[in-house]
Amino acid sequence: MAAAAERLREQGAVLRLSEADAAAHAELERAPEDETMIINMGPQHPSTHGVLRLMLELQGETVLRCKPVIGYLHTGMEWTGEELTYLQGPTNVTRMDYASPLFNELVFSMCVEKLLGIEVPPRAVWIRMLMTELNRIASHLLFLATNGMDLGAVSMMLYGWREREEVLRFFQTVTGLRMNHNYIRPGGVAADLPSGWRDGVLRLLEMIPPRLEEYDTLMTGQPIWRERLQGVGVITAEECLALGVTGPILRSTGYAWDLRRDMPYLAYDEVDFDVVVGTFGDSFDRYAIRLNEIRESIRIVHQVLDRMPGGDYRIQDKKVTPPPRARIDESMEALIHHFKIFTEGFKVPEGEAYAAVESPRGELGCYIVSDGSSRPYRMHIRAPSFYNIQALPHLMHGGLVADAVAVISSVDPIMGEVDR
Amino acid sequence: MAEESEQALTAEQAEQLEHPTEPATLYGMPVTTAFGDQVLHVDRSRYLDLVRALHDDGFVVCVDLTAADYLTHPGRSDLPAGVVPERFEVIVNLLDPRRRRRIRVRCQVPADDPVLPSLWDLYPGTEAPEREVFDLFGITFDGHPDLTRILMPEDWIGHPLRKDYESGRIPVQFKGAPSNR
Repeated sequence: MAAAAERLREQGAVLRLSEADAAAHAELERAPEDETMIINMGPQHPSTHGVLRLMLELQGETVLRCKPVIGYLHTGMEWTGEELTYLQGPTNVTRMDYASPLFNELVFSMCVEKLLGIEVPPRAVWIRMLMTELNRIASHLLFLATNGMDLGAVSMMLYGWREREEVLRFFQTVTGLRMNHNYIRPGGVAADLPSGWRDGVLRLLEMIPPRLEEYDTLMTGQPIWRERLQGVGVITAEECLALGVTGPILRSTGYAWDLRRDMPYLAYDEVDFDVVVGTFGDSFDRYAIRLNEIRESIRIVHQVLDRMPGGDYRIQDKKVTPPPRARIDESMEALIHHFKIFTEGFKVPEGEAYAAVESPRGELGCYIVSDGSSRPYRMHIRAPSFYNIQALPHLMHGGLVADAVAVISSVDPIMGEVDR
Repeated sequence: MAEESEQALTAEQAEQLEHPTEPATLYGMPVTTAFGDQVLHVDRSRYLDLVRALHDDGFVVCVDLTAADYLTHPGRSDLPAGVVPERFEVIVNLLDPRRRRRIRVRCQVPADDPVLPSLWDLYPGTEAPEREVFDLFGITFDGHPDLTRILMPEDWIGHPLRKDYESGRIPVQFKGAPSNR
């Protein structure tokens, strides 16, 4: 373990230069034989998944060192989280990881529920599982699409977007929006599933598996695809753990760590699924893991469909839950109650709590300090991409600059989450 | 009879409240339980030793490192006796994947000397989060290889997540330009 940390330190993969130093470095007159150059990749490079800038130190076409430069989004969501009430919180955090917004809402709500000491009704738990697993499918489809695009497989890109759109269309029927739903809230979910939701899910479950077979035919056995990905961006399990890297990158090294199975939340201990692991820790394994995780998610969604319990979709606690819409028309108390909840919010006992879920990119955590008021005193999000990006210099070390795109793509960072 | 058992129960509960069954110390540090998680409270001088002991005990992943500024909430009640509250607090979240347990370390950092030893030697993954804490709270980490701003521009002044940081406007180009509406 300590050996991995030692190796990471001595490898010198990370370029430790400030912008000013790099500019000076670039202007230096250097002898042609020891010529290294620093070039910037991004922040507007089409394959940096948003605004990520990489300072690459190159010798010829070999990447010697690399430094990811982040912070271009200026969202300040942790700060904004302290200005909003707990009820408004999901609206804020859902915008962080725009490829899997429901996970952000889920982890925030779970953290608030921990502080409140409440337990959501079973139907809400299973609705949350249904929605987040579908969201995982959508997120991994987006990964397949962008991974294909980054490597020049344009048809894969079109297919990935097409299938993801179908999932988002189902989200629209449930939450009203394709993205940034604000659907999972402290105390349950915002609304019950609409009538006909079962048919919608079944349609997805029928449509996606054969398409996955098509992707397999298109990509997995294809020699160009394999040559671009196999053995590119290799990392070991020890290095992943030392860097705090989780999710498919950690699992690609053969380390079976999945919070859904290892530290179950919601009702994941009641459903049957496998944790997909790789062997070599290279980009191809990361691609294959995400492809197969879609299949596992489909398995989970099938079980959720069979076992969806009835009952309330949110907790019946007057402190947290606004009254039903129909009551507002007939009761003055209900109107006042509604007004108070939406203007003042609800108070949360003093304390601090941490909740974590397995998002498509790894462990997504939320840490909230409450001072007893209706706003979080401090809200911190442990974003998986923020930690995963630290692996980039080590993944790229000694590789070709042409492979840099494949490596970034296989990490699947979401910059909204990194810059929070 | 019923009354008696009820009384016995409340006495037991009172006993439970006064002397929780949780050990009062762990790794020689005062420990509290916060909503199911164990939290260790450590002072600055023993911070690195404690984290090293935890690391050697199997907590090989530093899941998260962050800080909080308690400037406007100084009287927090979840600190055990003997821990002096300071303005800043660094929170380290450790994970032991083999035994599937988590532990949290909270370290008080005074406002007049906001310095902590860096955990980078133990966990290279704290490179970015320590930079983030430095950037947003102004807490410096001794021994960090590259303690520069990470989210804010390099020439930014001030630390935005501090509670006394003026949240306001920065001049925006063309903001006052006349619109044709």
